[in-house]
Amino acid sequence: MSELNSALEHPTYNYKVVRQFAIMTVVWGIVGMLVGVIIAAQLAWPQLNPGLEWLHFGRLRPLHTNAVIFAFGGCALFATSYYIVQRTTQARLISDKLAAFTFWGWQAVIVSAAITLPLGLTSSKEYAELEWPIDILITIVWVSYAVVFFGTLVKRKVKHIYVANWFLGSFIIAVAILHLLNSAAIPVSAFKSYSVYAGTVDAMVQWWYGHNAVGFFLTAGFLGMMYYFVPKQAERPVYSYRLSIVHFWALVAVYIWAGPHHLHYTALPDWAQSLGMVMSLILLAPSWGGMINGMMTLSGAWHKLRTDPILRFLVVSLSFYGMSTFEGPMMSIKTVNALSHYTDWTIGHVHSGALGWVAMISIGSLYHLFPILFGRERMYSTDLINVHFWMSTIGTVLYIAALWVNGIMQGLMWRAYNQDGTLTYNFVESVAASYPGYVVRVLGGTIFFAGMLVMAYNVYMTARKDVEAQPAPAAASAA
Amino acid sequence: MDINDLRGFSTVFLLVTFIGMCFWAYNSKRKKSFDEAANLPFADEELNRRTMQEEDRND
Repeated sequence: MSELNSALEHPTYNYKVVRQFAIMTVVWGIVGMLVGVIIAAQLAWPQLNPGLEWLHFGRLRPLHTNAVIFAFGGCALFATSYYIVQRTTQARLISDKLAAFTFWGWQAVIVSAAITLPLGLTSSKEYAELEWPIDILITIVWVSYAVVFFGTLVKRKVKHIYVANWFLGSFIIAVAILHLLNSAAIPVSAFKSYSVYAGTVDAMVQWWYGHNAVGFFLTAGFLGMMYYFVPKQAERPVYSYRLSIVHFWALVAVYIWAGPHHLHYTALPDWAQSLGMVMSLILLAPSWGGMINGMMTLSGAWHKLRTDPILRFLVVSLSFYGMSTFEGPMMSIKTVNALSHYTDWTIGHVHSGALGWVAMISIGSLYHLFPILFGRERMYSTDLINVHFWMSTIGTVLYIAALWVNGIMQGLMWRAYNQDGTLTYNFVESVAASYPGYVVRVLGGTIFFAGMLVMAYNVYMTARKDVEAQPAPAAASAA
Repeated sequence: MDINDLRGFSTVFLLVTFIGMCFWAYNSKRKKSFDEAANLPFADEELNRRTMQEEDRND
């Protein structure tokens, strides 16, 4: 009884579920990125496909995308959103049991994906390949997640709902709607279903989902992370709270319309294509508003970048965010898209966002989190964080530069005509010409992946009770 | 009055909403309350410390 009273008078946070998700973020990051390196190598050296159907590129590719987006990114979002919502509402999660259910439920989703996708069980919808029984499990877990998150917001001990929670809340709601509408299907057997949509409508629903998975899962959610961890690590409040409000409403209002830019020059009506293009161009404004808000939070604290590799992760992730949210609107312009679409440029663009922005903001946030979750002053080794930072940055730059070159080259080769109207190059010539770029991509991806191993070691050493953290670098302790 | 008028109105409506929101956000009346909100990430160190102590005990 006295324990109960003390819990009521002196509430504490639920860090257990945050810790579980944070650790699994690192684990799934390693798994997902390893699969990425394997399929990148298969593209460079096709003989790496050993003739086993389970390891075919076509089956491993959705495994890679699901693992990095929903397992790595998803666990990072669960961990940070549960942490942020508690710390900015000063309230414990509304239910420890339901939070634990979301952890085990989400891991079950990931493991089912890792089994069914190599077996070739797929609904064939990009980024939503999982078959209907898994879709139902996702729905149950996601609704529980929403109950835990919004329930905690409701019982908050403070007046304001901090801006990070607005982004995280919009991400949870939008993903629920996107998942339900896009995955609507008619099951014909335990592992086979057919989409309720057909033809062009199916394509439009798919890319309405697909682009908003980018907009809300990979952007709004991670912006929530940014609005908490950048101020926290820089030890000063966000540059402009007003700008963050305009940023939020403008971003969520515009993102939802940008999907048609994935379907330029297809059977989709022209007006819808143009709408998608215009909305994508407008998106530049809120995206950069948010980036500037994050960057300017460091004004007066830029010197911290010299000594703090965690802050470096966060700030460089914002630079990549700014870069890829400039590149995206440019690529959505129909005339640019005519060159870039179906080439490696698109994959390069995705990875400048996925590696540069999503992964690096998550990694930075996790390095901030782990010492707190393990009850330590700081990470075991600050030097290793710095090593990881440079591996991530160099890996990302190699990756995206290789695919820019490949993409533009492919686009130019495919559209080259001879004077008599015949094509100058056949397709396989463009594949052969892409080989050097594919090798550089494997190199960049491997470096990025190896950085995750460095992180895993650092996290393991931080977690160990019998190991003291290495002394902080001299400059940092003097400051 | 046809569908195109509706489209025009909806554009104007969104523009007015956006400008209204900017005025709302940048109104100096709300500055104090926003400053308060912006400092929320730094307002709960006590709770965080208590949680870490309790976890230490339970280990």
